[in-house]
Amino acid sequence: MFSILRTIWDVFLHAFAKRVTIQYPEQKAYLAARYRGRIILSRDPDGGERCVACYLCAAACPVDCIALQATEDPNGRRYPEWFRINFSRCIFCGLCEDACPTYAIQLTPDTEMSEYRRQDMVYEKENLLIDGVGKYPGYNFWRVAGVNIGGKDKGESEREAPPVDLHSLLP
Amino acid sequence: MPKIHIDGRSYDVAPGQNLLEACLGLGFHLPFFCWHPAMGSVGACRQCAIKHFKDEADAKANGGRLVMSCMTAAEEGIRISVDDPQVVAFRASIIEGMMLHHPHDCPVCDEGGHCHLQDMTVMTGHNYRRYRFSKRTFRNQYLGPLINHEMNRCIQCYRCVRYYREYAGGADFNAFGISDHVFFGRERDGVLENEFAGNLVEVCPTGVFTDATLKQHYTRKWDLRWTPSVCPHCALGCNTSPGERYGTVRAVFNRYNSAVNGYFLCDRGRFGYEYLSSPERVTLARQRRDGVRADLTPEAALAQLTQAAAGVAADPPGRWIGIGSPRASMESNFALRQLVGAERFFAGVEAHEWELDTRIAAILRQGAVHSPSLGEVERCDAALVLGEDLTQTAARMALSLRQAMRQQPLREICDPLKIPHWLDHAAREAIQGEHGPLFLATTAATKLDDIATHTWRAAPDDVARLGYAVAAALNLDQDTAGTVTAEWRAAAAEVADALLAAERPLIVTGVSSGNRGQIEAALAIAAALAVRGKHPAVSFVLPECNTLGLALLGARPLPEGMDMVRFGLAHGAIVVENDLFRRAPAEEAKAFLAQLDQHGGHLVVLDQIRHATADAAELLLPAAGVTEGSGTLISSEGRAQRFFTVAAPTPNRAESWSWLEAAQGHTPALDDMVAQLCALVPELEPLRQAAPPATLRLAGQKVARETHRFSGRTSIDAAIEVSEPKPPVDPDAPLSFTMEGYAAQPPAALIPYFWSPGWNSPQAQLPYQQRINAPLRGGDAGVRLLEQVAGSQFPCAGEPPPRFEPKAGRWLIIRLYHLFGSEVLSGLGRAVGSLAPDAYVALNPADAERAGLKEGDAVRVEPDGRRGYQVPLRLLPELPVGVAGVPAGFAALDGAGLPHWGTVTAEAPHA
Amino acid sequence: MLESPYPLWSLLGILFFALNIAAGLIWLERRLLGLWQDRYGPNRVGPFGLLQVVADMVKIFTKEDWIPPFADKWVFIGAPAIVVATVLMGFVVVPVTSGIVIADLNIGLLFFLAMSSLGVYSVVLGGWASNNKYALLGGMRAAAQMLSYEVFMGLAVMGTVLMAGTFSLGGIVQAQARTIWYVIPQFLGFVLFVIAGIAETRRLPFDLPEAESELVAGFHSEYSGMKFGMFFVGEYIGLVLISSMITVLFLGGWLGPWLPALVWFLIKVFGCIAFFILLRASLPRPRFDQLMTWGWKIMLPLALANLLVTGAIVVAVR
Repeated sequence: MFSILRTIWDVFLHAFAKRVTIQYPEQKAYLAARYRGRIILSRDPDGGERCVACYLCAAACPVDCIALQATEDPNGRRYPEWFRINFSRCIFCGLCEDACPTYAIQLTPDTEMSEYRRQDMVYEKENLLIDGVGKYPGYNFWRVAGVNIGGKDKGESEREAPPVDLHSLLP
Repeated sequence: MPKIHIDGRSYDVAPGQNLLEACLGLGFHLPFFCWHPAMGSVGACRQCAIKHFKDEADAKANGGRLVMSCMTAAEEGIRISVDDPQVVAFRASIIEGMMLHHPHDCPVCDEGGHCHLQDMTVMTGHNYRRYRFSKRTFRNQYLGPLINHEMNRCIQCYRCVRYYREYAGGADFNAFGISDHVFFGRERDGVLENEFAGNLVEVCPTGVFTDATLKQHYTRKWDLRWTPSVCPHCALGCNTSPGERYGTVRAVFNRYNSAVNGYFLCDRGRFGYEYLSSPERVTLARQRRDGVRADLTPEAALAQLTQAAAGVAADPPGRWIGIGSPRASMESNFALRQLVGAERFFAGVEAHEWELDTRIAAILRQGAVHSPSLGEVERCDAALVLGEDLTQTAARMALSLRQAMRQQPLREICDPLKIPHWLDHAAREAIQGEHGPLFLATTAATKLDDIATHTWRAAPDDVARLGYAVAAALNLDQDTAGTVTAEWRAAAAEVADALLAAERPLIVTGVSSGNRGQIEAALAIAAALAVRGKHPAVSFVLPECNTLGLALLGARPLPEGMDMVRFGLAHGAIVVENDLFRRAPAEEAKAFLAQLDQHGGHLVVLDQIRHATADAAELLLPAAGVTEGSGTLISSEGRAQRFFTVAAPTPNRAESWSWLEAAQGHTPALDDMVAQLCALVPELEPLRQAAPPATLRLAGQKVARETHRFSGRTSIDAAIEVSEPKPPVDPDAPLSFTMEGYAAQPPAALIPYFWSPGWNSPQAQLPYQQRINAPLRGGDAGVRLLEQVAGSQFPCAGEPPPRFEPKAGRWLIIRLYHLFGSEVLSGLGRAVGSLAPDAYVALNPADAERAGLKEGDAVRVEPDGRRGYQVPLRLLPELPVGVAGVPAGFAALDGAGLPHWGTVTAEAPHA
Repeated sequence: MLESPYPLWSLLGILFFALNIAAGLIWLERRLLGLWQDRYGPNRVGPFGLLQVVADMVKIFTKEDWIPPFADKWVFIGAPAIVVATVLMGFVVVPVTSGIVIADLNIGLLFFLAMSSLGVYSVVLGGWASNNKYALLGGMRAAAQMLSYEVFMGLAVMGTVLMAGTFSLGGIVQAQARTIWYVIPQFLGFVLFVIAGIAETRRLPFDLPEAESELVAGFHSEYSGMKFGMFFVGEYIGLVLISSMITVLFLGGWLGPWLPALVWFLIKVFGCIAFFILLRASLPRPRFDQLMTWGWKIMLPLALANLLVTGAIVVAVR
């Protein structure tokens, strides 16, 4: 009984406490670099597209709002022919970022993406791809992958031995 | 039934299995690499280790020793442990070893998502590479447009080379190098020659060999929408699972059916799907009026077809004819027959071939012979092939026959040595090069020659005579045995002895030689064997996916239909999925179209692809391909199998039967069509059981076509319209177009794809089987229509044809078959089309020399009374003298009624 | 017995104020909750967010007014009207000042109790007509809760009746003018009446018929647009009515020094309302069985005891 009364009193005292509200948009809240906002596709340190169109983000997405189509350039480097995120379905859970093996897909601390038409919430690759490495500098998937792409032959990846000479009988 | 003890619990298992098979059959998750259900065990990878206890005391004391489960027989009372910490650790260390050199590729590897290595790595719990040194690398090879090579990913399980060389009989692929440097590939870059090389894609447990056609439009297995389908590219009716995404078919996977294709497909069946997106597809309805072509909306097209259908009904009888097709489903042919009437329904098959087709249908319908399934072919132990180049005309049967030829050596060599048949390399070592009796009597060399006991090359009539000679040799009570066909007496005696000695003799013949005598001879042999107390099987090879179905449905021969137009008895024709220029001599087809035009007649064509007939059509309607519609096909075995659409319906495409039904004001429904068909043709009644009806619900649900991981459903169409529409509904199948549906195993005819928890690779089919290599749970898909009737009289077999006599300056022009190119649809595909040969005419070198012709010369091949064509000359030493070969599928000569006498002359230089 | 010099003007005035105060309470409640939760509440639309009420009204009037196809249509439509009607009827007997009253009946208090009891039909019928399991559960809870608390609500005020010797609300206020505000002698009755009043108006912490966390929105789950708005408004008018009753019965009605009577009345009423909102801001919702146990096993005996003791004292003093 007393605790109820004390609760009422304590709550009443909050009338004189400092307000916690941030008066958006005049004031902006601080969003950490790892905040889960608008999704982008990043580039590797060499300026190439990081996305290798492995479909893992699409598979991880719980609302199935990511669709893409893989294709390859003449040198065998795989990339998405098109990449679409339906942000009107996205729940910004960040599972796509967790699933991404190349750090290509990243969530950014940008939340200001309201539209009057829902159709405008559908982002294509040209709306998603940025000219930077995002949160993860330095990593380039193709430097460790075993496939050869233009400018990198077999055996030239990190921790790779030169290709085996098939005509040698030495063990 | 042996009782085995696994981790203290007892299980009954089927006899004759090894422990790996037994454990997998019981649902244990035991990892493996080198073992394959069809290829047995070699114990190379050491991945399937288990603990084997001496006795109960040993098991209690936790003693035991490591053994490879694939190399140990599941014998009565054996005690093993799958979960023992020691074996679990051992298996983890094995996979860690395999992963030492495995590249960091999964995101860009086409195998990812249906990779056996991924599954096994997860299953054993290995997840971090401790080895810090560099990975060995290989350079890849170009293996052709069908298969991609990425050698870095290899784990040296040897499955590929075992499959390619030992199972499929290929020679141009091998393992090279030693130690850490073992390389699997060809001696140098080049297209893999074997017709079954595509199975490497499913045999390889990782991404060394991947589907190069899938790579063109790559999609993960989990993102594909699958459906149970049947291969439309030959008459064997292999079960397939085509996978579709964004409206196009991306890949075709094998769909296990123990009675038909088992684990393997031929390359035409696996890669032929690309024709679906060929520029030759009919995508829009079109009309041609006064020489002007215009595209039609689906509604306008249907209105015009309705008008035509009304014309059919209103006209005095006989004013419209219908021309059916052996590559259209039963329902499509039946719908056309119902529309125009049985009397005005004609078979869109070359007249000469149609005679043979109807003869074979009559033989099977009477129940005179046993028509074996491919599974039975694989178990036969002696075979005689009359006139069929099986690898090219019925490829999957050639693969089965190759396995069948191991039956006799396995029985006679391995069984006395007590070597189990699944102990593959021990058995192969014991057998060495032995093969069962296989006799090939063909007109040209075949790819089965390497395992044949004896091969004979002869003109089609002579092949038939050999068949008659064998029959005569088997007929003891006939004094005249072999007098008519005396030249074959020695050969016939050899074949007859072998067939008599066999437990399950098989005779294979077909229509590809266009020789009636061969069919009658096969029948005579079967009759004679039956008299001698044998139960022979006779396999008739037919050319197209529903040839037998059309023949069973019954239709009048095509020339009679053309005559009706010529004599003004008909002024309209509806052609379903057919090109008349391939079914009748070009000049006759042209005359037929001209006469239709002349009489102010109408030509309505429904087809998937464009061709000369479609171009001439007044109304052309886009028909659905096998992956885009539903229907039933009857394979050459006499097995009715249902296929269902994988693509969501669009107004611009429908099955031919669906167009025809809609035009008559009916609501098209597959089950109604089947019911009507069964009511009218009672002997097709079992066809109803080919698949469950569309009303079937399992636990209140349909079966899901999409995998439960299917991605992007709220995004795929968002660029067009962000509001998601209601998913399409298939009125003809108990299958949904979405991922929602029955999750457990459906009836075999409704399995869209194989997946089971922990198993994403093609090995996921194993838990669907009753036990390893047995039929699927609930029975295999499809229903056999034509069973042998006990005591049925064999139809009269006729007289042997006269001996073939070469004629000076003239040749018997026959058709030579090619897996790639001889079938119209698959030949339109990008990759398969690129492997198809260009037109040629082949002559025996002696013949060519006599005529003064050299290899590569431009020559004119001209069947008597038909138009001639200029083609380059090829020399083919195996071809008998007096015979000229042209490739089947060469449109200009397909309708010429080959074999046919004609001339091959040097093209006259331009005057 | 009070007589209003301008009964028609009183009627229109009370009706106007009751309805407008109800609307204003939407804003007030949100502001006060914000105040006690360290935030602002509506502060963007108009000065101090006052026009939020207008915006809300525009919204609620233009919302799709949907009647579920599975609902009992006419009952579904009628139910929200009942709550507003009965609560407004309750105002008939409320003496705002000695001159502003519609009809100071000699059984005024009983009339109020009767109207308050009728209000339960609205909730039960709304829940029933919705033909939805959550709505039905909400309706059933409301019926049980309101009937239970109605009983000791009536008993709790009997002390004041005994002391004033009249059922007329005007009479009760005038009696307090002669003696003392009844909140002091009838403190137990006051507490019981406040608790019962909260339960009667289904406000937090006694909003079990709606109980968002378990019943979606309880009896009005299926309601939308202005039909939902009627329940909403009904609840706020009910809040004003109960506050008025507390003021009249225990806090001396319009009595007070210096300021005009009407102002005193409004101060007391809004003080009560603010207290109710404070309760909402601070107390959690009890379980339904706890609510019923409290009602029957604690409140009812206490109310009876209060009645007996008061009666005994009144008899003894006489």
